[in-house]
Amino acid sequence: MPTLTPEEMTAVRLSLRVALWATVASLAPGLLIAMLLSRAKFWGRSILNGIVFLPLVLPPVVTGFILLLLFGRRGPIGAFLADTFGIVFAFRWTGAALASAVMGFPLLVRAMQLSIDAVDRGLEDAASTLGAHPVWVFLTVTLPLMLPGIIAGTILSFARAMGEFGATITFVSNIPGETQTLPSAIYTFTQIPGGEPAAFRLTAIAVAVSMFALLVSEAIGRVVGRRIGVEA
Amino acid sequence: MITVDVQHRLGSIELEAQFVSDGGVTALFGRSGAGKTSLVNIICGLIRPDRAHISLDGDILVDTKQRIFVPKHRRRIGYIFQEGRLFPHLTVRQNLLYGWWFTPAAKRFGDVDQVVELLGIGHLLGRRPGLLSGGEKQRVAIGRALLASPKLLLMDEPLASLDDARKDEILPYLERLRDEIRVPIIYVSHSVPEVTRLATTIVVMVNGRIAAAGPTSEVMARLDLTPFADLEAGAVLEAEILSHDESFGLTTLRLGGGELRVPRLDERQLGTKVRVHIRARDVMISTRAPEGLSALNVLRGVVAELGPCDGPILDLRLDCGGEAILARLTRRSVETLGLAEGTPVYAVIKTVGFDRQTLGAAYRRPNAADITTVPI
Repeated sequence: MPTLTPEEMTAVRLSLRVALWATVASLAPGLLIAMLLSRAKFWGRSILNGIVFLPLVLPPVVTGFILLLLFGRRGPIGAFLADTFGIVFAFRWTGAALASAVMGFPLLVRAMQLSIDAVDRGLEDAASTLGAHPVWVFLTVTLPLMLPGIIAGTILSFARAMGEFGATITFVSNIPGETQTLPSAIYTFTQIPGGEPAAFRLTAIAVAVSMFALLVSEAIGRVVGRRIGVEA
Repeated sequence: MITVDVQHRLGSIELEAQFVSDGGVTALFGRSGAGKTSLVNIICGLIRPDRAHISLDGDILVDTKQRIFVPKHRRRIGYIFQEGRLFPHLTVRQNLLYGWWFTPAAKRFGDVDQVVELLGIGHLLGRRPGLLSGGEKQRVAIGRALLASPKLLLMDEPLASLDDARKDEILPYLERLRDEIRVPIIYVSHSVPEVTRLATTIVVMVNGRIAAAGPTSEVMARLDLTPFADLEAGAVLEAEILSHDESFGLTTLRLGGGELRVPRLDERQLGTKVRVHIRARDVMISTRAPEGLSALNVLRGVVAELGPCDGPILDLRLDCGGEAILARLTRRSVETLGLAEGTPVYAVIKTVGFDRQTLGAAYRRPNAADITTVPI
């Protein structure tokens, strides 16, 4: 079992923290936007849809640069957040989390949307004729039936966040201990002579984490699917 | 008591319906596309109508003029859907308790044990809906709606997705529901056997409008509805069990106009009232007392009315000692026999024509011992 240097350990731990925060913070807004896009009819729906899915098709560097423009210390949103709440994204691990969240968001929303569309509206009608307020219908019928999609989307966006590189390095650079995530560290090691063994070790970890996430996702999907009951 | 007055544009047809139901089972009968399901969806609040006044037990549910629209979750109307719509992620017990939980304690009636016993679903409580048969699902769906303590039950073709054996399994439960629970039921169906067995009142819908409405026996005895509503005419009568003949496996019923022998009814006490549906096509007419005939039932009567005839077949109504019996004949036979209003005739009814679709429990008004809608 090859051991990691403290520097490599820091990168792995940072990556996990960034990906975890990015995913957890995305859940509620992701659910809201997925519900809006699936169920609501409103002016500007296509525009919202476009904004959410743009990071999926834009070059990550472009997304990172846009984040820098908006959330940098002098950016309109960045300055406001720093002055009002003291939240700073630029060149901090929080910025790496933001970049990862934005990049993973389309995957999360897409998975949630698919699972909302798969929920039988008839069951929601049945629940409301039984006296359930719309909020209760959502909590007791819609949400549980969406669960496999939510779990799949969460794990997918977590894996995406673990691997985020382009937008992160553009937005918050590559500062060891602060913004140097697993992919940034691998990139750095490949750029210095004799860095290959370290790059190799980190690559093995990246593969293991991603594989583990996929296996867990599938296992949870199976268990939840069985609980919900496959209507014969 | 529910009062319905609705006008609503539905694609190419205009739904325009008014009716009142005061207890028992009101059947909304008509072809698919006649607007029956839309009408019940308006009653329970799933559709917002163009113009309507609907009130239930004196409370206004919808009044478009006064801009009143009570949301569906506050109407307390139980809805039993064709496909059951059980929650797949909950067990049968959790499904049953879903509406119970949302009903304020003061408004609940009946209890879980009573409903479980009434519907015979005790052995299913721990299972998930995915593993139930169609008939079991529908019984759980009925129990779930009942436990929400509704002021009205809507049933939208609850038996349509079941095969005949399953229908026979559920029908007795629906009869018990009608007779033992003081909740009025609106029952959507296009099945004559279901309607004749269950309904106390029939509302016939044709192209979004009400073509006829009234007590089951009266509407079924009308000769003018058959052509455009697919409502095959037939007499729906109440009879009393007179005796059982074990050696031949027959039961004799007493009708107003005589006796009727039918295949042995299982487990019914003498004197019990039953409902008999005598389909017009199962009745033959003779102008002389028939002899050497295999049919066991011969009733004397007179021709009371000849139905409209523009094809080869027509229906006639006979008066057999006060009971209206319908017969379906060819126009040729009517002419050959010289049948006209007032002609004395013998109605011949084959015993084997009766089956589980044409024999059921008679409606009795619920009494004090039954599950009540008054909060306990």
